[in-house]
Amino acid sequence: MSSAAISVGETQQSRSLPYRGKIAMAGLIIAESAIFTIFVVAYLFYSGKSLTGPTPREVLETPIFYTICLLSSSLTIHYAGKSLQKGNPGAFLSLWSFTIVLGALFLFGTAQEWHRLIYEHGLTISTNLFGTTYYSLVGLHGFHVTAGMIMLVIVAIFGFSGWVGREHSQRVEVLSLYWHFVDAVWVVVFTVVYVLGR
Amino acid sequence: MQQVILELHSRGHLVQTWGMEVQRVKITCRTALCSVVFLFFCLSSAAAVTSLTSPTNIFVPESTPAKSIVNLSIFVLTITGIIFAIVFTLLVYSIAKFRAKSESANSEPAQVYGSAQIELAWTIIPTLIVVVLVLATARVIHAIQDAPKPASAVEVTVIAHQFWWEYRYPQLGVATANELHIPVSDPVHPTPTLLRLLSADTDHSFWIPQLAGKTDLVPNHPNSMWMDPERTGIFLGQCAQYCGTQHAKMLLRVSVDSPHDFAEWIREQRQPAVVDERVAAGKRVFESTACINCHTINGTVASGRFGPDLTHLMSRTTIAAGAALNTSENLRLWIQDPEAIKPGSLMPAMQLNKSDLDALVGYLETLR
Amino acid sequence: MSSNAITVPELQVQEKPWVDTLHGWVTTVDHKRLGILYILSSLFFLVIGGVEAIIIRIQLIHSHNDFVSPQVFNRMFTMHGTTMIFFVAMPILFGFANYLVPLMIGARDMAFPRLNAFSFWLSFLGGLLLYFSFLGGSGLYGAGNAPDVGWWAYAPLGARAFSPGHSSDYWTLALLVSGFGSIGTGINIIATVLCMRCPGMKLGRMPLLVWLNLVMAGMVLIAITPLSAAQIMLLVDRYLGGHCFDTQAGGSAVLWMHFFWIFGHPEVYVLVIPAFAFLSEIIPVFSRKPIFGYPVMVAATVAIGLVSTSVWAHHMFTVGMNSYANSFFAITTMAVGIPTGIKIFNWIGTMWGGRIQFKVPMLFCIGFLFQFLIAGLTGIMQAAVPFDWQLSLSYFVVAHFHYVIVGGILFALFGAFYYWYPKMTGRMLSERLGKWHFWLFLIGFHLTFDVMHIPGLLGMPRRIYTYEPGRGWDTLNLVITIGAFIQAIAILLFVANLIISYFKGAEAGNDPWDAWTLEWSTSSPPPAYNFATVPMVESRRPLWDLKHPEDPDSLYE
Repeated sequence: MSSAAISVGETQQSRSLPYRGKIAMAGLIIAESAIFTIFVVAYLFYSGKSLTGPTPREVLETPIFYTICLLSSSLTIHYAGKSLQKGNPGAFLSLWSFTIVLGALFLFGTAQEWHRLIYEHGLTISTNLFGTTYYSLVGLHGFHVTAGMIMLVIVAIFGFSGWVGREHSQRVEVLSLYWHFVDAVWVVVFTVVYVLGR
Repeated sequence: MQQVILELHSRGHLVQTWGMEVQRVKITCRTALCSVVFLFFCLSSAAAVTSLTSPTNIFVPESTPAKSIVNLSIFVLTITGIIFAIVFTLLVYSIAKFRAKSESANSEPAQVYGSAQIELAWTIIPTLIVVVLVLATARVIHAIQDAPKPASAVEVTVIAHQFWWEYRYPQLGVATANELHIPVSDPVHPTPTLLRLLSADTDHSFWIPQLAGKTDLVPNHPNSMWMDPERTGIFLGQCAQYCGTQHAKMLLRVSVDSPHDFAEWIREQRQPAVVDERVAAGKRVFESTACINCHTINGTVASGRFGPDLTHLMSRTTIAAGAALNTSENLRLWIQDPEAIKPGSLMPAMQLNKSDLDALVGYLETLR
Repeated sequence: MSSNAITVPELQVQEKPWVDTLHGWVTTVDHKRLGILYILSSLFFLVIGGVEAIIIRIQLIHSHNDFVSPQVFNRMFTMHGTTMIFFVAMPILFGFANYLVPLMIGARDMAFPRLNAFSFWLSFLGGLLLYFSFLGGSGLYGAGNAPDVGWWAYAPLGARAFSPGHSSDYWTLALLVSGFGSIGTGINIIATVLCMRCPGMKLGRMPLLVWLNLVMAGMVLIAITPLSAAQIMLLVDRYLGGHCFDTQAGGSAVLWMHFFWIFGHPEVYVLVIPAFAFLSEIIPVFSRKPIFGYPVMVAATVAIGLVSTSVWAHHMFTVGMNSYANSFFAITTMAVGIPTGIKIFNWIGTMWGGRIQFKVPMLFCIGFLFQFLIAGLTGIMQAAVPFDWQLSLSYFVVAHFHYVIVGGILFALFGAFYYWYPKMTGRMLSERLGKWHFWLFLIGFHLTFDVMHIPGLLGMPRRIYTYEPGRGWDTLNLVITIGAFIQAIAILLFVANLIISYFKGAEAGNDPWDAWTLEWSTSSPPPAYNFATVPMVESRRPLWDLKHPEDPDSLYE
C-alpha cells in the first residue's frame, strides 16, 4: 500500500461495528425461524384434514405448567447474563443452573405428554395427519430445546470449574439469545397447537 | 508513492498492447458475427419448415382456450420483441461507439456516477409495461379458468395412472382407456368437453397443445379443464409432468368426431364385450389368468381397475398408451414381454405358453 | 559445537513434502484457500454434470433412440440438475464470495474461519454422498442406483411407495448436509460484511460485489431452510410412517410443491445475484468508468431479494390454483422483472461514454448482457399465465433456465475467472485461449439453447427419455446435441487454459487490469494475512483515489 494508507493505531472510526457472535446468532435465528415457519404452515394447513384417528380436541391437554417453566427460564437466563456482566459469578451460576432445571422440567413435561398420547390415546407420528404434524412440530422444537440444554450444561460445567468470567459476557449473551429464540418459538407452537389448532 | 509511479509506467506499456488487441478483436468479431448470423438463418429456416408439419405446434390452435392463448402470446411476444429490439440496439451501439480507440487509451473518460432523471425514466417505463401485461394476462386467465359451464358440455373424467390414461364418461356410462373421443364443437352452438382431472398414483399433466394449455393431474387435488375443438380429426399430445420411468410413453391421442360419429362411438362403447364362440378357449385363458386382477372386460368376470379397460380394445389404434400400434404382433409382444415395448411399465410379463398366448391374442382381437 | 562460536552452515532450503502441503490444504481455515477449494470442487462436479448432460443429449439425438434405458436416462437428468445447482453453481459462487469479500472490505479473513471450513467440507462431502448413490442406492437389494425422481422430487414420487430402495434418501440426505453448509456460509458472509469492514468503509462505500453477496447471504438463510424443512418432512414420511405428503391419508402433493418452490425460486436468485456482482465489478473496470447509479443498484438488488420471495408459484401455474392465485403470482413475477431490467440498463449506462476494452472478462460480460436480456424476456413470456399453460413443463422452460444459468451465470463466472485468476495465482490466463474459449462456447451455447426453445413451442415436454417421430422434433434435437458437444470442447479449452497458464502464464503483478477495489492493492496471490496494515478508505474506489489524487472519488460521494 502506498503512503496514503493510515498507519496502524490511528482510529478514525467513530463507528463501532457489531459483535460478530451476535450477528451470527441473529442469522441462525432467522434461518431456524424459516424452518419452523414451514412446519407451522404444514400444521395449520392440515388442521381438520385427518381422515381418521384422534383429533386435537380429543387428546390434547394444555401444558400450562411446563410452558411457564420454559418461559420463566428466559427470565432466569437473562438475569444470569446480567449478573455475569456485573462480575457476580455466584449469582450467574445459580441463575444459570435454575435455567437448566426449568428447561429440564419442560423436556420432562413434553416426554410425559408424549407418553400419555402414545400409550393412552394411540396417537403416534404415523396415526394420521394430526399425529404427523404434531410430533414433527413439537418434536422439532424439543430437539432445539435439547440442543440448547446441552450448550447450557457445557457452560455450567465451565462455570462451576471457575473458567467463566466477566470477559465472557458477550459469548454467554449469544447463547441466551438462542435460548430466548427457543422460548419465542414455543410461544408460537403453543398458540398454534393448543389454542388455534383445537 | 513509488509503487504508484511504477504502476502508471506499466500502464503505458499495457495500453500499447491493448490497442493492437482491439484491432484483432474487431476482425475476428466481424467474421464470427457473420458466421453466427448465417447459422441462425439456416436454423430458423429449418425451424420454420419443421414447425409447419408438427401436429403439436402450440401456434396452430383448434379450440377456444388454445386460441385465447395464442392471441395473448402474440401480444406478449410483440411487446417483448420491441423491448428486445430497443435494448439490443442500445447494447450494440454502446459496444461499437464507446470501444477504446488507441489514441485515447492513455486518458480516462468522464467519470459519470449516475443520473436521477434517466434512472427514473427507466424505472417508470418498465413499470407501465408490466401493468399492461398484467391486465392482459389476468383477463385471459379469468376467461379460461372461470368460464361458465354450458349445459351441453360432454363430461369426461380423466384418471391418470402410471403410465396410461383412464377415461370415464359418467353421464354416458362409458369407460375406456388411452384414446379419447370427444365431439367437435360448432362455434355457433358450442358443445365443449369438460374434463375432470384425477390421478390414481402420482402427478401427471394432460397436454394436447392444439386444443388447450396443459393442466396437471395431482392425487387428492381434482382439477378441471375444458376444450371445444373446432374441426374433426386426430389430435396428439402426451403427459407433461414427470411421473416415473415411462413418463415419455404416456401418449395422448384424441379423436374429435362429428356428432354422428361420436354418438356412434358412444353406442359401441356401451355394448358389453363381443362374444365369439370361436375364441372361447382364449377367453378361458384370460379369465383364468392374472389378467382379471388388473383389467376389465364388460360381460365377463374380469373387473380389475389397475390396468386399462379392454372391452373394446380393438376400437383403438394403439396400445400401451401409444407406445405401439395395435397389431397382432405387438399385442403378442406386449403380453409376453412388455419390457421390449415399454421398459419399466407396470404390465407384467404373463409367461404364457405358445398355445395359450395364441388363443388369448385371438380372443383379444375380437374385442371390437 | 563450542559455546561461543556459532557456525552458520550452508543454507539448505528443502522442498516442503507434498504430504505437508496436502495437509495444509485439507486443514486450512484461510478464506482464500477455502475459496479455491470451493472453486476446484465445483469444477470437478461441473465436468461430471456435463458428462450427464452429454449422455442426455446423445439419447435425445433422434426419436426412439436407445443409447441408454429409460431408468438410466431418468437418473441422468435428476443427477444433472441436482449436481449443477447444488454442487457446481452454489459452491463456486460461495468460493468466489469467500475469496473476494474479505479482501474487498480490507479484512484479514472471514468472521468465522473454522465455520467456513466446516461449511466447505459439508458441501463437498454432500456431493460425494450424492454420487455414492450410484453404488449404494438400492440398499441391500442388489446393484445400487442414483436418484431418479427429478431434482424437485415431487410428491408422491419421492415417497416410499413410488421410490423404493434408498436412491431418494441419497438425494434428501446429500442436500440436507450441503444445505447446512450453505446456511453456515450465509451466516459467515453476513457477519463478515457487517462486522469486519476496515476503517472508512461505511456500508455505502462497499464494492457492489460485497453488497450483492450480502443480499445473497440473507436470501440463503430464508431460501435453503424451507427445503431443509421439507426434506425433514420427507424423511419423516419415508422412515417414521408420517403422512406429510401422503395423499392416501389426506395429505397434499401440492404442499410439497409449495415448499419446494418457496426454496426453489429464491434459490435461483441466490445464484444470479453473485453473477450480477461479477458484472458490477468487471464492466466498470473495462469501460473505465464507475458503475452507473450505485445506490439504485443496491436498492434494486434488495428489491429483487424481497420480491423474489413472493413469486414461487409461477412454477406451479399448471397445478390448478384458482384464477386469483394465478393472477397474484403473475403480478409478482412480472414485478420482479422491473428491478432486474433496471440493472441491465445501469450496466449499459456504465458502458455508455466509456472506453471499452474487449479483454476476455469483458467479452463474457457482454455475452451475459445479451443473453440475460433474452432470458429475462422469455421469463416474462412465461409470467403471462395462459401462455405458460403451453410453455410450462416443456423444452421452452428448459431453454429459458439454461439461458439464465449457462448464458447468464456461467458466462459471468467465466468473466470472473479470467478477471480474478491473476489475483489468485499471480499469472494471467492466456488471452488467445480465452478468446477461443469465448467464441466456441458462444457458438455452442446459441446453437443449443436458442434452438431448444422451438421443440418446446412444438409440444415437446421435458424429462422424456425418447420421443415420437413425426412431431417435428428430430432435426432440432440433433442441432441441440451438436451445440452441446461444441460447448464441451470449449470447456475443455477453458480447463486447459487454467492448467497451462498456472505454469506458463504471464506474471500478473498486483493490478493487471488497472482496477480500483482493495483486492488489487495486495500482491498476486495475496499473503496469508491479506493486508500488512489495515487499509483506510475514503470512497468507493480507494485505488482510483490513490491513482488520481487530483480527482479522487471522495470529492464526489
